[in-house]
Amino acid sequence: MKIIEAIDVNAYYGTNHVLHNVNIEIKDNSVTAFIGPSGCGKSTFIRMLNRMNDYIDGFRKEGTILIEGRDIYKKKVQLEELRQQVGMVFQKPNPFPKSIYENVAYGLRIRGVSNRKEIEERVEKSLKKAALWSEVKDSLNKPAFSLSGGQQQRLCIARTLAVKPSVILMDEPASALDPISTAKIEELIAELKEQYTIVIVTHNMQQASRVSDRTAFFYMGNLVEYGKTSDIFTNPTNKQTENYISGRFG
Amino acid sequence: MSSRAWNRIQDKAFHVVGLVFTFSALLILAVFLLDIIGEGWNRIDWNFLTSLPSRRAERAGILTAWTGTAWILGLTSLIAIPIGVAAGIYLEEYGKKNRFASAIEVNIANLAGVPSIIYGLLGLEIFGRILGLGGSLLTGALTLSLLILPVIIVATREALKAVPKTLREASYGLGATKWQTIWHQVLPASGGGILTGIILALSRAIGETAPLIVIGALAYVPYVPSSPMDEFTVMPMQIFNWISRPQHDFIVNGAAAIIILLIITFVMNGVAVYFRNRWQSKIHW
Repeated sequence: MKIIEAIDVNAYYGTNHVLHNVNIEIKDNSVTAFIGPSGCGKSTFIRMLNRMNDYIDGFRKEGTILIEGRDIYKKKVQLEELRQQVGMVFQKPNPFPKSIYENVAYGLRIRGVSNRKEIEERVEKSLKKAALWSEVKDSLNKPAFSLSGGQQQRLCIARTLAVKPSVILMDEPASALDPISTAKIEELIAELKEQYTIVIVTHNMQQASRVSDRTAFFYMGNLVEYGKTSDIFTNPTNKQTENYISGRFG
Repeated sequence: MSSRAWNRIQDKAFHVVGLVFTFSALLILAVFLLDIIGEGWNRIDWNFLTSLPSRRAERAGILTAWTGTAWILGLTSLIAIPIGVAAGIYLEEYGKKNRFASAIEVNIANLAGVPSIIYGLLGLEIFGRILGLGGSLLTGALTLSLLILPVIIVATREALKAVPKTLREASYGLGATKWQTIWHQVLPASGGGILTGIILALSRAIGETAPLIVIGALAYVPYVPSSPMDEFTVMPMQIFNWISRPQHDFIVNGAAAIIILLIITFVMNGVAVYFRNRWQSKIHW
């Protein structure tokens, strides 16, 4: 079933036209990868899905984005609600300068959850889902920055899970991590798609082919090709896609 | 001579020149301090701190001056810190970045450079005359607040600017509102910088004399102020008054008062550094 649908989406930074008529449907409980060279618009597009571009001066968009049937750019949409539904994990691990526990609890606290038991349960559950619990259960009060980069990134995922989203956006979540930490994140993505819809931007083509069910190739602001990952990587219909995935440019 | 040897000599030479300049500045300060301490140190005792001013130098004390300074500092903090920090937050976080905003920005920077006596004249007219507050502590505190507001605003903005964008994104990404993000993440992360700016601004306020003379602070106040509407004097005015007298004993009093004023300033800065360090150790980067 489709959960995200983009219809004729255009995006501009000032006069710079960065996305051209993007149309895409993303299925729920699956992993969709956005690939393409730097500056192709894939990050811009993923950040439109929870309206993180709203903070950029001069950003403007046309077209419609529906998530679970709702137009997320409608005036009456509450950004706080949208981001509860559509969580985000960023390129560089960015935990808050607080304890591990407080990092995960933050999303609950800002929603007015104050029951200690409830928060404790949600923190534990989220850390377990993010495959971090066994490593941090004895040091929940330690600063988040005492963790390794890979652990920090899983903490950021746990933090996102704590507010119970249905979609998780990941903007190059492993690009700042070593291969072992990357493998752990990829394993985690495979587990999470049972319950969540995951959209991931990646520069790493092997990663896209390993973790994703469907792949979208962006080039110069256009969605060039979109389909099953196995098809895109073995049998691309477009010449540009083929050149990119075979490493001839990018 | 090879060019490499020449480069090395240049490097050494700059090192020496820099050292000389740094130490000559420190030397002047040290000479000044030693001179003041030699002159006034023995004059400082409990009576000096707890006596009212007097015509006779040996009976005169700085009670009215330091209580006036404490009042002024307290009132100025109450007025200037909330307004300055709030204005800084608004301009940096909420204000639209357009030409009006950059005009405001330039003007705030300009205000920080306006001579303090001009603020005195403004305070005299608006607070003293139009609002009818006269030469009271409140007029003084309001005037000094105007004087240090630009410093607090600029320092607050710089501190907020230094907070990494990724921290804000993390908070927004979890569905926090702008205010929640500012309150729970941005302010704690920038608190040390804001605090430093506030202390610098207050240190400036503590030494200001010119605007207070203009609004009518008195050199001779025979009682300790007990409400914001009372007349007052402050340490710099007392010092100025004493050192302009011909008798040597009053000069000694002036030196002693300078030492007390310096101690107050150093203690304030020390407290600021202490709080800033504690703040930063609470934030675990």
